[in-house]
Amino acid sequence: MNSRHVFWLAAVLSCVGLGICLYKWQVLQIPLSPGEHTAVWTVEARTSFIANGKVKARLTLPMDTPGFEIIDENFVSRDFGLAIESLNGRRQALWSIRRAKGPQTLYYQLSVNPKAVAVQRQGNFPGYPPVPDYPELYRSAIEGLLSDVRAQSADIASFTRQLIGKLNTDRDDPTANLLRQEADSEAEWARQLVYVLAGARIPARVVYGLSLKHGTLDARLQPWLEVHNETAWLPFNPRTGEQAYPENFLIWKSGPDRALVTEGGELPELRFSVRRALKETLQLARKSDSAIINFSLLGLPLYVQNVYTTLLTVPLGAFLVVILRNLVGFKTFGTFMPILIALAFRETELLWGVILFSLLVALGLTLRFVLEHLKLLLVPRLTAVLIIVILLMLGISIASYRLGFDHGLSVALFPMVILAMTIERMSIVWEEHGPKEAILRGLGSLAVATVAFLVMNAAALQYLLGLFPELLLIVLAATLLMGRYTGYRLTELWRFRSVWMKP
Amino acid sequence: MRMPWTRLREAGIMGMNERNGRYISHYNPRRLYPLVDDKLTTKSLAIAAGIAVPQLYETVTCEHEIRDLSAKLAQHDSFVVKPAQGAGGDGIIVITGRQGGNYVRASGVPISEDALAHHISNILSGMFSLGGIPDRAMVEYCVQFDPAFAPISFQGVPDIRTLVFRGVPVAAMLRLPTRESDGKANLHQGAVGAGIELATGLTKHGVMNSKPVTHHPDSGNALTNFTVPNWPQVLLLAARCYELAELGYLGVDIVLDRHLGPLVLELNARPGLAIQLANQRGLSPILRTISALQHIPADPDERVALGLKLLAEAH
Repeated sequence: MNSRHVFWLAAVLSCVGLGICLYKWQVLQIPLSPGEHTAVWTVEARTSFIANGKVKARLTLPMDTPGFEIIDENFVSRDFGLAIESLNGRRQALWSIRRAKGPQTLYYQLSVNPKAVAVQRQGNFPGYPPVPDYPELYRSAIEGLLSDVRAQSADIASFTRQLIGKLNTDRDDPTANLLRQEADSEAEWARQLVYVLAGARIPARVVYGLSLKHGTLDARLQPWLEVHNETAWLPFNPRTGEQAYPENFLIWKSGPDRALVTEGGELPELRFSVRRALKETLQLARKSDSAIINFSLLGLPLYVQNVYTTLLTVPLGAFLVVILRNLVGFKTFGTFMPILIALAFRETELLWGVILFSLLVALGLTLRFVLEHLKLLLVPRLTAVLIIVILLMLGISIASYRLGFDHGLSVALFPMVILAMTIERMSIVWEEHGPKEAILRGLGSLAVATVAFLVMNAAALQYLLGLFPELLLIVLAATLLMGRYTGYRLTELWRFRSVWMKP
Repeated sequence: MRMPWTRLREAGIMGMNERNGRYISHYNPRRLYPLVDDKLTTKSLAIAAGIAVPQLYETVTCEHEIRDLSAKLAQHDSFVVKPAQGAGGDGIIVITGRQGGNYVRASGVPISEDALAHHISNILSGMFSLGGIPDRAMVEYCVQFDPAFAPISFQGVPDIRTLVFRGVPVAAMLRLPTRESDGKANLHQGAVGAGIELATGLTKHGVMNSKPVTHHPDSGNALTNFTVPNWPQVLLLAARCYELAELGYLGVDIVLDRHLGPLVLELNARPGLAIQLANQRGLSPILRTISALQHIPADPDERVALGLKLLAEAH
């Protein structure tokens, strides 16, 4: 009786899921795989501030974007009035409102199509800058430095490369050290370079842009250096002196003014989310008035879309756990612990994730055995393990950064409470059922986490679920059916081998 | 070539998914779990129903009671410390004597008063309970097991696990502690299970760590054709336990005391699958037959007779 209901429910869910999916694929022509379509970058600028009365917010918009073609832009302004102003070769969005209170968020969305990689940027020659009036302290040192570099270079480009290299790496030169110490941010350092270059009468400026990376949630503008060689602006890495823009660099603005200026708004903040999507899909989504498109993931702000791309794969991981536990018979610590670990692997990458996880659990377990001798009560002991886990995470981050492994930094993304509970449970299993059982279960959890990560991180599946979230109804149906599965588990075939291996 | 799962199905072996999905979820309502998950509740229910259980010496509910415990226990040479809501035999310490200021465990290893107090404190904080919820510790009579078991046991106390389905006993096994199981009678900890023929009380097969065995690994004595003393009494006692909690799918653990006879040690709402290996017989056929029955007799004697009749028919 019961089981017939489950079958019906599962059948209905699968039909609905499959039906919507087929409709979107066949009628709305949404492609099933990312395949051969051109990728389009969608960048969303999230402007937020706290309003108190009359507010004006001015956001600088990108104009000249070498390497990219702007194909579309739109604004989410809520109750604010919006005006686009162009002046002095700058484009700005001006949002204004007479009365507003509390936190406000405004969005500007931009779609760009990648073109040939830019190696320089057109622009009128701004004229030779005057030599700055350097302070007495290092005037002669800078002049000395500039003449040294001049002797070793042929043109403006090689001069700039040499100079940046010297200023960044020379540890013995007290002037270079002083200039480095004064710059406490990347932007400050780029301005410092402009200041020194002016000493050689070379026009230079700081530009700000975004390194486009799929799935970015909280990016900020990155400063870069441009130098004019009398025909065009040449890009330079302010740290290495390499003559190029960063990969997929979308230039947002030039010049010293802030990208976001507010009048009447407090704590202004500007963050960027980036997504790579398909041209066809995007155009379709804009053109079509179909409710299915409007009420889908594509209708949400980019920032939320990126969060859901991750969230939508979690059911796949959870279903995998169902299969591995009820069909295979894996033993893990905690039902969904492996999924949380798999989510952390997304940031750390698989190999480093496995290494860091094992390291953290092994160290935590060792210290947990020391705690055992102190005979602590349960909750204080758990808290002690949690504190130790956080200190270990910090220690691993610092040690690996000092040793030059950037991957160790991402250890902070591990869910620490889950780790603490895992260590505690593992130590109890270790004591009661022996090290073999504890290590076996630990490895089981790690194996499930790895498989879950591989499934959840498969680009094709992420794409498919992002555009066809109704496929989750099919996953739900399969889960319901698994809930009624009363057959054997794979491990039980082994457990009861004495019954069926009998001749 | 027949597939392993086909052969298992033909042998009537029940898997974990079938146990959970077909029997536990249907016959064991969740609201009744607390009655058997808390051994103190089970004990008082049993006493009220006139079923013999090991005598309860002390209950420890809060930390400060631990200090007074050694004074209260001075009159007892041997006793057992258990978490009231423990699972799978975890957290049980058997004390069989004293040596100077220390207690002596069943294995002969001494344990100091401090260490025992810390263990009890762990029990209270929920280290051994399902889901880690705060628990109570109970101190009870240490069973003096029937000398008949001496040749096939190692330290610890052997017990008899009977599976009772809708009040009808359907399978039983003798659980014998080994050196590996550290005196505990739980099969997953390495104890030996010996299947008992319900009609005769004779042991038939042995199993240890899921592998068939014919002799006890420590004493070397044969595990088969051993007659369980007072068998009809044990079987009836197991059937009577159904009335205590009304759980349809129930594991009953009974010990045989040399002076007091059969005592109910605890009830289990999720008894394991190993009993099938110990009996070399699957549970599926008999469970299906009984779940198809419209009427189950109310009288425990009749239920035992029903079980024996159904098993005889199956052969």
